[in-house]
Amino acid sequence: MVIGGVSIGCIYALVALGFVLIYKATEVVNFAQGELMMLGAFLAYTFISILGWNYWLGAGAAIACMFVVGNITDRVILRPVIGQPQFSIVMVTIGFGYVARSAAGMMPGWGTETYAISTPFASEGMQIIPASMGSLVISQTDLSVIIATFLLCAILYGFFTYTRLGVAMQASSQNQLASYYMGIPVKSVFSMIWGISAASAAVAGILLAPTTLIDTSMGFLGLKAFPAAVLGGFGSIPGAVVGGVIIGIIETLAGFYLPPGFKNVAAYIILLIVLVVRPQGLFGQKTGKRV
Amino acid sequence: MTLFQAENLAINFGGVKAVDGVNFDIKKGECFTIIGPNGAGKTTIFNLISRIYDSTEGTMTFDGKDITNSAPHDIAGMGIARTFQNIELFEHASVLQNLLVGRHCHSKTSLLSEMLFLPSVRRAELAHREKVEEIIDFLDLQHYRDSLIMNLPYGVRKVVELGRALCTEPKLILLDEPSSGLNVEETKDMSFWIEDIKRDLGITVLMVEHDMGLVSEVSDRVLVLNYGRMLAYGTPQEVQSDPEVIKAYLGG
Amino acid sequence: MRFLFKTNYEQDVRLAKHSGYIWSYATLMLILLVIPYLLDEYYIGQLTQLFIVAIAGVGLMLLAGYTGQVSLGHAAFFGIGAYTEAVLSGNGMALPFMDEPIVFSFLLSFPLAGVFAALAGIAIGIPALRLVGVYLAIATFAFAIIVEEVFSRWESVTNGYSGLMVESIYFGDMELTDGLPFYFLCLGVLIAVILFSLNLLRSPTGRAMMAVRDSEISAQSMGVNLAKTKTTAFAISAGITGLAGALFAHKLGFLSPESFTVLQSMELLVLVIVGGLGSLHGAVFGAIFVLALPQGLAIFKDFLPVQLAEQPGLEPLIFGLILVFFIIFEPMGIYGRWLKVKLYFQMFPLYKKATFKRQKSYMKSERLK
Repeated sequence: MVIGGVSIGCIYALVALGFVLIYKATEVVNFAQGELMMLGAFLAYTFISILGWNYWLGAGAAIACMFVVGNITDRVILRPVIGQPQFSIVMVTIGFGYVARSAAGMMPGWGTETYAISTPFASEGMQIIPASMGSLVISQTDLSVIIATFLLCAILYGFFTYTRLGVAMQASSQNQLASYYMGIPVKSVFSMIWGISAASAAVAGILLAPTTLIDTSMGFLGLKAFPAAVLGGFGSIPGAVVGGVIIGIIETLAGFYLPPGFKNVAAYIILLIVLVVRPQGLFGQKTGKRV
Repeated sequence: MTLFQAENLAINFGGVKAVDGVNFDIKKGECFTIIGPNGAGKTTIFNLISRIYDSTEGTMTFDGKDITNSAPHDIAGMGIARTFQNIELFEHASVLQNLLVGRHCHSKTSLLSEMLFLPSVRRAELAHREKVEEIIDFLDLQHYRDSLIMNLPYGVRKVVELGRALCTEPKLILLDEPSSGLNVEETKDMSFWIEDIKRDLGITVLMVEHDMGLVSEVSDRVLVLNYGRMLAYGTPQEVQSDPEVIKAYLGG
Repeated sequence: MRFLFKTNYEQDVRLAKHSGYIWSYATLMLILLVIPYLLDEYYIGQLTQLFIVAIAGVGLMLLAGYTGQVSLGHAAFFGIGAYTEAVLSGNGMALPFMDEPIVFSFLLSFPLAGVFAALAGIAIGIPALRLVGVYLAIATFAFAIIVEEVFSRWESVTNGYSGLMVESIYFGDMELTDGLPFYFLCLGVLIAVILFSLNLLRSPTGRAMMAVRDSEISAQSMGVNLAKTKTTAFAISAGITGLAGALFAHKLGFLSPESFTVLQSMELLVLVIVGGLGSLHGAVFGAIFVLALPQGLAIFKDFLPVQLAEQPGLEPLIFGLILVFFIIFEPMGIYGRWLKVKLYFQMFPLYKKATFKRQKSYMKSERLK
C-alpha cells in the first residue's frame, strides 16, 4: 500500500515538477498543469488506441506534441500578459485550463467518456524482493511510474545544470532584462520551458492512464500537485519530487486509517500547515525583496 | 543634542558581515552623510534603522528610545522617515494619494467611523490634505498633483518620494542616494531642498550619497564605510583628506 | 467636454466629484426603484440575484482589487455566510446554558452571518500574512476545498448533501415572501455595502490597503501596519461576501454544498477580473457579465450548428475564452472599456487610442533577497 502511495506520489511529483519548472523560470504558477496532463494522456490515447501505434511510439509522439502545445501556449497566452499583476496571470492560466478541459470534451473521438490505453506493463503484483527478506509486492505499473519519474528528474537536473540552454533558463528566471542584454532570447527560452513542462505533464498523464483511466476531469488530480510543490519548496526541482511522493504516501495512508472524507483533503491540510510553519517548503529558499 | 545613536551595529547575511561594528551618532539639526563604495553596507544601515532588517548585534537609540527591536511600522510614528534608492512609490495611485499615505502614521480614525465617514473623519481628511499641500508647495509639485506615478518621469518620482517622506512630519529623515539619476539642475534643486529641510523644517537629515559635490555642500559630518566597517568619521574636509578614504573610495 | 474647476479640498474628499455624478446616479436609483413594479417575477428574481452576486463581488474586489491579496477560494466565505444564516434562523443555535436552541430573527442572524464569515476571513488572513502572491492564492484555494468538505461532512449542522431548508425572513411577525420586498432588501444591502466601501476607500484605511497592494515595504515605512491592514481587508471582504451568502440562502431556499465549490470561487474571480480589477463599478459590471453570460449563451445557441450547440462543455469553454481574452486584451475589464468609451465621447474627435497604452513592462523577479 505504501508503494501504491509512492506511485501516485510520483504522478503528483511529475505534475509538481511542471509547476516548479514554469515558476522557476517565469514566476508564473500554471494552474492549468493538470489540464496539460490530461491533454497528454488524450493524445497518447489517440495515437495508441485510435491509430493503433505501438505504445512507446505513441507515448513518445504524445510527449513531443505536448512540448509543442506548451510552447505555443506560452507564445499565445502568456507573452501578452507579462507585466500584469500576479493575480491576472494566475487567472489567465486558470482560464486556459477551463478552455482546454471544455475543448477536450468537445473533440470528436474524445468527448466526455473514459478511456483506457493498453500498456506493456502488467498490473499484477510482482515480487521483487525474495521472500527471505520479507516480501515486497509491487506491480509493474507502479514500478514503471517510479522509475520513469526518477529518470525524468535526473535528465532535467542534468539539463539545467550542465547544458547552455539550461543555464540560460536559470538566468532568465532571475532577471529578465539582464538576460536580454546578455543575448539570451528570453521569450524563446520561456516558451521552451513551457514546452518541457507540458512534456513532463504528458509523461505524468501517460503514466497515470492505467491507474485512473483517461477522461476530461483528469486535470483535477493536478490540483493535488500544488501541495506537493509547496511542500517540496516552489523553487526546487528535487523538492517537487520529494514533496509529491510524501503527499502520495500520506494521502493513501489517510484514506486507510482516517474517517472518510479525509483522503480528499489530507493533501490540502498538509499544504496549509506547511505554508504556516515553513512557507519555503523542505528545499526552497527563503526569499525577500531587496530595497 | 544627540538624536540618534548606533552602537556596535552589525548584521550577518549567511556568512557575510554586511555591517560590522558600526558606531555613530547624529546630532539634532545636522546633516549626516554616509559614503562609501557600492556594497559597503550603506543602504543596509538604512534598512536596519527602518527595521526592515533585524540586526544581529548592537543597539540603536532614537530620541532616547531603544529602537533595536521595534516593529517596522512603528518607526514612522516615532519620527523617522525614509526614501528608497529604487523608488518604492505606489505606481497605480496619484501623487496626491501617495503623499496622503505619508500621513498614515498621524491618522487616528477608527475603522467603523471611516466606514460611516463621520464628520470627524471628514475633518481629519481635510486636515491631512492641508498638511500635504504644504509639502506640495515646498517641493513645487502643484501641477503633478493628480498624475499617476506610472506616468511620471524619474526626476519627478524622486521628488515625490522625498515629499512622501516629509509628509510623515519626521524628526529624522533618511535619504537614500537623493541625487542618483538626477541631472545637474535637479541635483542643485535637491541640495537646496536638503538645506531647507534642515533649516526651515528643522528636520535632521541622514543621507547616503555618492555625489561628493553635494556631500561637501550640505553635510555637517560624514561617515565612510568600506566592506561594512567604519573607515573614517568626521567633517567632510577631514574625511576627504584622509589617506585611507582616498585609497579605498575617492581615488587618486 | 467637462472641465472640473476645483476650488476647495472638500471637492476631492466628496464622493460625487461633480454634479453630473449626482444626476446620473439619482436617475439610476430611480430606475432601480421603479422597475420591479413593471417586470414580472422572473426578472425581479434575476435582478435580485444580480444584487447578491454584486455584493459578493464587492467583497472580493476590496480584497483582490484594492489590497492586492489573491483569494482563490472566496466561495468559502459565501458558503459560511449562507449556512450560518440558514442554521441560525432555522434550527437555531444551542447555547450551553439553554435547554432549547434559540432561533434568531433575521435582524440578528443576518449580521451574525457576516460576522462569522469575517471571523473565517481572519482565520485564513492571519496565516496568510506570511504568504505572498502565489502562495496566498494556493492557501486560499486549499482553504476553500477544506471548507467545502466540512460543509458536506458536518451533517449534524449542515445536513450534508441532503440539503438544508432555509426559513423565510421574518421581521417581527411579518414574513418577507419572495419577490418585491426581497428585491428591495437586496438592493438596500448592495447600496449600503457600496457606500461603506467607498467611504473606506477614501479614508486612511483604504489608502493603506492600496499601499499594501503596490509596495509593502514602503507602506511599512509610512507607518502602515501590514498585519493589521491585511487582516482587516480579509475580515471585511469575507464579511461582505458572507452577507451576500446569507441573502443567497434565502433566495435559494435550499442549501447544498454543491453551491459553494471551486466553480463558484472561479465565478467570483472572473467577475472581478472581467468587471475591472480595482474599481467598485467593476464589481457591478462583472456581476452583470457573470449572470448575463449563461442567458446570452442560451440565446446564442439557437444560431449555432446543432453539433456545436449540444456540447455540454460549451459554456465553460466560452467562459474560459472570455476570461483569457479580457486579461490579454482588456486588462482594465469592462469598467476600463466603459471609461475608454466615455473618454472617446468626451474628447471627440480628439480621442487617441494610445492614451491608455503603457510602455513595455519587464518582469522583475520578486524572489531574490
